[in-house]
Amino acid sequence: MNAHDSNLHNRPDDGIAKGELLLHVDNISLSFGGLKAITDVSFDILKGEVRAIIGPNGAGKTSMLNVINGFYHPQEGTITFRGEERRRMRPYQAASSGISRTFQNVALFAGMSTLDNIMAGRTLKMKKNFFWQMWRYGPALNEEIEHRKVVEEIIDFLEIEHIRKSPVGTLPYGLQKRVELGRALAAEPDLLLLDEPMAGMNLEEKEDMSRFIIEVNEQYGTTIALIEHDMGVVMDLADRVMVLDYGKKIGDGLPEEVQANEDVIAAYLGVEH
Amino acid sequence: MELLNQIFVDPFVTMYELPDLLLQTLWEGFVSGTLYSLIALGFVLIFKASGVFNFAQGIMVVFAALTLVGIFALGVPAYAALFLTIGVMGLLAFTVERLILRHMVNQPDIILFMSTIGLTFVLIGLGQLIFGGEPKAMITKELGLPTGSSVWDVGGGAVIFQHIDIAAAIIAFLLILGLAIFFNKTRIGRALRAVADDHQAALSVGISLNQIWVIVWFAAGIVALATGIMWAAKSDVSFALQVVALKALPVLVLGGFTSIPGAIVGGLIIGFGEKLFDLYWGSPILGGGTESWFAFIIALLFLLYRPEGLFGEKLIERI
Repeated sequence: MNAHDSNLHNRPDDGIAKGELLLHVDNISLSFGGLKAITDVSFDILKGEVRAIIGPNGAGKTSMLNVINGFYHPQEGTITFRGEERRRMRPYQAASSGISRTFQNVALFAGMSTLDNIMAGRTLKMKKNFFWQMWRYGPALNEEIEHRKVVEEIIDFLEIEHIRKSPVGTLPYGLQKRVELGRALAAEPDLLLLDEPMAGMNLEEKEDMSRFIIEVNEQYGTTIALIEHDMGVVMDLADRVMVLDYGKKIGDGLPEEVQANEDVIAAYLGVEH
Repeated sequence: MELLNQIFVDPFVTMYELPDLLLQTLWEGFVSGTLYSLIALGFVLIFKASGVFNFAQGIMVVFAALTLVGIFALGVPAYAALFLTIGVMGLLAFTVERLILRHMVNQPDIILFMSTIGLTFVLIGLGQLIFGGEPKAMITKELGLPTGSSVWDVGGGAVIFQHIDIAAAIIAFLLILGLAIFFNKTRIGRALRAVADDHQAALSVGISLNQIWVIVWFAAGIVALATGIMWAAKSDVSFALQVVALKALPVLVLGGFTSIPGAIVGGLIIGFGEKLFDLYWGSPILGGGTESWFAFIIALLFLLYRPEGLFGEKLIERI
C-alpha cells in the first residue's frame, strides 16, 4: 500500500519538513505535592523520527507523555508543538492539534466493538454539524461513510479484520493493544505517543507490533515517541533515545551513544556510590 | 389448601369473571409503567455517560415542575413557560458541569455519587427558596393536555381511560424513542458510550467530556420535566414527588443501569406487576398496600440471580 493512494493522512502540509523540530519541551518540572516526578527536563522530537524514552520504573516516563498530551500540567516549563508555545497543554488541544496516544494499561472503550473504538478515534475529524448528526441524514450520513472507509483501511493495515465486530473487552491483550494503536492512528496524528506498546506481549506479538510501528513511521511519515522497556526493541526501532532516572534526564542521543553512556548503565544496573 | 387456592385459583377466576377489571388494571399498570420508564431513563442517560448514579434525578423532576408552574404564575403564557423551563434545565446542566463534574474527572465513582447527593440538597433548598414549599397545581389544561376520560364497555362492565394517561403514554413513548435514536445512532451517542467506558481514553481522542456531560444532563433535565408534568398532573407539584424517583431503582435493577430498552421494559414490568399483584394477590391475601414494596422484592430477586439486569452490559473482566 502506497501512502499516496491512501485516504489516510491527508492533513494539509503544515510546513514542517522531515527532520525539522516538531515538538520541544523546555525545562519541565512536575510534582505531585512533595513528590517530584520530573525535574527540569528539556528535550525535542524531530518530525519523522522515532524517539524513545527509556528509564527504570518510576523514572517519570509516563508523566512526561502525560505532560505532552495535557493530562498533567507541569509547574514549570513550556511545551512547544508545531511552533506554538504553551505553558500547559489541554487534552482537547493536544488531540486537535495532532497528538494521539496509547496507554500503558490499555484504555479502550471495553463495551464497544473494535470498529466503534477506531471510529471513536476519528471524533475530531467529524465536522458535520450536530443537527445532521442527530438525524443521521444528509451530509452527516455521507460523512459517516467517508470515515468508515478510513477506518476500514486502518483495520486492514493492522490485520484485525476478524475482530471488527467483537467487543474489545473480550479480546486477548495483544489484540487490544493493536486496537488501541488503531484508534490512535484513526486521528491521523502528527505525533503518536506510545506508552509501552509491547508490554506483556510474547515474542511474536512484539515482532508484529514493531513491524506496525515501523510501517506507520515509514508509510505515513508519522512521528513517534515511545516508552519501552525492551532494550532490544528500543535499539532497533528508535532513531534517538532519551533516558530518564528519578525524574531527571541522564542521557540523550543515538541508541549506540546512550548504550555506552556510563550514567545510563549505572541507572539500569545499579552502581556503588 | 386455602392459601394455595388463593394463590393459584382465585385470582384467575376473578380475571375471567371480571374482564373489565383486568383490563382496567392492565391499563393502569401500563400508564404507571411508562412513567417509571421515563424516570429510569433519566438515570440511565447520566449513568451511561458518567458512570454515576444521579441521586438528584428525583429532585430534578420536582425542580422542573416547580419552575414551569412558577414561571407560568408570573403571567407568562403556558407554552412560553414550557420553553423557558427547558432553558432553565439547560442552564442547570451547564452549571452542574461547571461547578461539579468538571472538578471530578478521574475521581472514583463514589465521589461523583456523593456530589449528586449534595446537588439534591442544593436543589431542594433552591426550589423552596424561589418557589416556596407549599404544593401547587400543575397547569395541565393551559398546556393543552386533555383532562377528560373515555369509557369503554367490556363484558358488562366498563373500563375508564383518563385522557391525560393516554397523552402521558404517547409523550413518554415519543421521548423515549427520540432519545434512543439520538444516543444509539449518532456520533454523540458513540462519544457518550466512549466517555462511559474510559474518561482518559475519551479525552485522548479529543472527545470533550464537558460537552458530553452538558448534553446528557440537559437530556436528563428534559426527561425530568416531562416526568414532572405527567406525574404532577395526577397529583400536585410538591417536594413529595421526588420519592417517585425511588421507584426507578427497582426498574434500573431489572432493566440494567446502562440500557435504554432495559429502562423501558423494566418500567413496564414493574408497572404491570405491581398493579396486578396488588389487586389479585396482595389485597386478598396480604390485606393490600403491596404496591409500595412489590417492585423492591422483584429487584432483590434480580440482584440475587441476574445482577446485570435484563439488558445491562455484562461485566467483562479478564483476570
